[in-house]
Amino acid sequence: MTTTAPALTNATLQAADPILEIKNLSVDYGFGDDPTHVLQDVSLTLNRGEVLGLAGESGCGKSTLAYGATRLLPPPGVIRGGEVIFTGRDGVKTDILTLNDKDLRTARWRDFAIVFQGAMNSLNPVHRVGTQLIDAIKAHGKTATKQEARDRAAYVLEMVGINADRLKAYPHQLSGGMRQRVMIAMALVLEPELLIMDEPTTALDVVMQRQILEEITDLRDRLGFSVIFITHDVSLLVEVADRIAIMYAGEIVEAADAKDAYLRPRHPYTRGLLNSFPPLRGPRRELQGIPGSPPDMAKLPSGCRFADRCPFVMDRCRTEDPALSRTALKMSEPERLVACHLHDGKASEVPAELAIQAPQK
Amino acid sequence: MTTVDTNNLEPQELPRPDAPGVSHTKQGPPKPKKGSQFVFLRNSKAITGMIILGFFVIIAIIGPWIAPYDPDAFSDQLVAPPSWEHWLGTTHLGQDVLSQLLVGTRYVMIVGFTAGVLATILAVIVGVTAGYLGGWSDEGLSLLSNIFLVIPALPLLIIIASSLDGGMIVIAGVISLTAWAWGARVLRAQTMSHRKRDYVEASRANGESTWRIVLAEILPNLTAIIASSFVATVTFAILTQVTLAFIGVTSPTDWNWGTILYWAQGNQALARGAWWWFVPAGLCIAAVGVALALINFGIDEFVNPRLRSTGRYARVLRKRGVQARVGFTPIDRGTTHGGVAATPQPGSPPGGNSFAPEPSGEIPASTNVKG
Repeated sequence: MTTTAPALTNATLQAADPILEIKNLSVDYGFGDDPTHVLQDVSLTLNRGEVLGLAGESGCGKSTLAYGATRLLPPPGVIRGGEVIFTGRDGVKTDILTLNDKDLRTARWRDFAIVFQGAMNSLNPVHRVGTQLIDAIKAHGKTATKQEARDRAAYVLEMVGINADRLKAYPHQLSGGMRQRVMIAMALVLEPELLIMDEPTTALDVVMQRQILEEITDLRDRLGFSVIFITHDVSLLVEVADRIAIMYAGEIVEAADAKDAYLRPRHPYTRGLLNSFPPLRGPRRELQGIPGSPPDMAKLPSGCRFADRCPFVMDRCRTEDPALSRTALKMSEPERLVACHLHDGKASEVPAELAIQAPQK
Repeated sequence: MTTVDTNNLEPQELPRPDAPGVSHTKQGPPKPKKGSQFVFLRNSKAITGMIILGFFVIIAIIGPWIAPYDPDAFSDQLVAPPSWEHWLGTTHLGQDVLSQLLVGTRYVMIVGFTAGVLATILAVIVGVTAGYLGGWSDEGLSLLSNIFLVIPALPLLIIIASSLDGGMIVIAGVISLTAWAWGARVLRAQTMSHRKRDYVEASRANGESTWRIVLAEILPNLTAIIASSFVATVTFAILTQVTLAFIGVTSPTDWNWGTILYWAQGNQALARGAWWWFVPAGLCIAAVGVALALINFGIDEFVNPRLRSTGRYARVLRKRGVQARVGFTPIDRGTTHGGVAATPQPGSPPGGNSFAPEPSGEIPASTNVKG
């Protein structure tokens, strides 16, 4: 314990200030007798001021987790259990899942805001951008006068790098990237403490992606909100996120510091994901991808869900579902969690690819 | 011309899909049968509608044979109430009402369906052609259907029908002439929307012929609209035909439900308290209307997969007291329906997939935050 004291102290300091704690969240799709259990007892904690990246293949439950936690899942989604504790700046803890409709509506946008996938299509084409921004401000009664609301709208628009005179523009007069930034401005207009971004840059070109990411990081530093950033682009996450949670088939399989996860993956799936795209820096390496496809969520195999595609599969993996727990290199990396049987035993038994040591400082 | 709102025809006594006594055909929450080709027939609304309609189609076929009397035959029992001899009583001339009803069903069904088929064919030809070709052909055909839309249907029908003085096929033809325009407009609009879509552009670029694009690419996408337009037109045709017979435009000696009402009205059945004379025919009209409306709902749910599962889930949700709304995901912590909490996976350690710290003292409680 004493060897890792500095890291632990750091962790303990942050632990005192979680903003969102998702505890054992379970989500089903389908109301009938035979629903699909998409999420089963998933837990996740987001700290104040942190950018948490959620990554994984399409359909692995990233968006379901974020929308389930905010009760935004469309039918036939249904939350089957768990709690989502939101801690406000004033320290008041509320369980989002137990809020009544009115309180939930108030909390949305003011406490936590969401930028949806393809959000730029959410703008109403017949209203000016400014009208739509001011509408949000007024609906939540944040400012009293119309002029104040207009000033606030102009301010957030400038904040995301759009000239304030664009308030008079109609959505079709803006480019896709600008519309996406208007949506981000709209999400930030009430100064939420938590911003959930569901693939906010997927529809944009790389130049625009970079601009928007830089803006988000910059705004986060200035305004101090927390971000859950959902994407399937892990290289993007490494740039923007402080911490990364990798999801596979409705489970979190690895959670680690962004750089650690990128340079020293511990879970075979994380490694496969990282090998699926070219590295941003460093020597060239062969792209491998992950053979096979994710399991059908309606017919999940027993044991580890990644077993069928895992290059390091063992007999145990077919029968026992690994729990998310410490890595085999326990003491040297107390903040990392991985759900893999390889890390149950001694560190010497872990394949070399999954046991890359951090350089000594 | 207006379409007939079949909802208004629904009397309380008639079976509805959610009424007790009908729902017993399906026990418990409905479950989709995997691999079934007849998705349409899983829909309880469609099933109910098909059963009612099927009953009347069978009557239309065998009605004249199972009728206990000749519907024209007089007897000495005048305006007699229902008895074992005459199940639905007799008319002012002693004719058997049940026999009239059974024999008359064939006329109603033939006119209704013939008019429905003819009007739908007209609507498809005019609507799809106008929608796909555009330009001057669209203008001309739209003008034509607009004219037929604004012509008051019933007076026109009365004039044509009384001057032609024909049998049921002629009547069906005349009804279809006034019933096609509504369907044509809807189909034109839908065709125009499909014409601009990428798959049609692609087949045009591939050099497919106009015929093939219309018949093989666009028309299958219109099936649902054509089907529901057909059902609505049949409803309209049946009601119109009954109306024509009721006001005496068609031959009062051709038995159908309308002629029964015509004779009942002419001989003051209501004033005499002879309810058996007109109530059964009225109920038959209402029942066919309900059946066709239910089939139409069924088509809607069949065509729109989202609506389909919504319909399937609706009863389960009501039973559980859960409300499904956009923006407020329902929370159902009940464990009776195979909830996750109640059935942990075999072999999975307690805690499952979570960030929660393990109970062993090895990991400080704070790791769940950083990890």
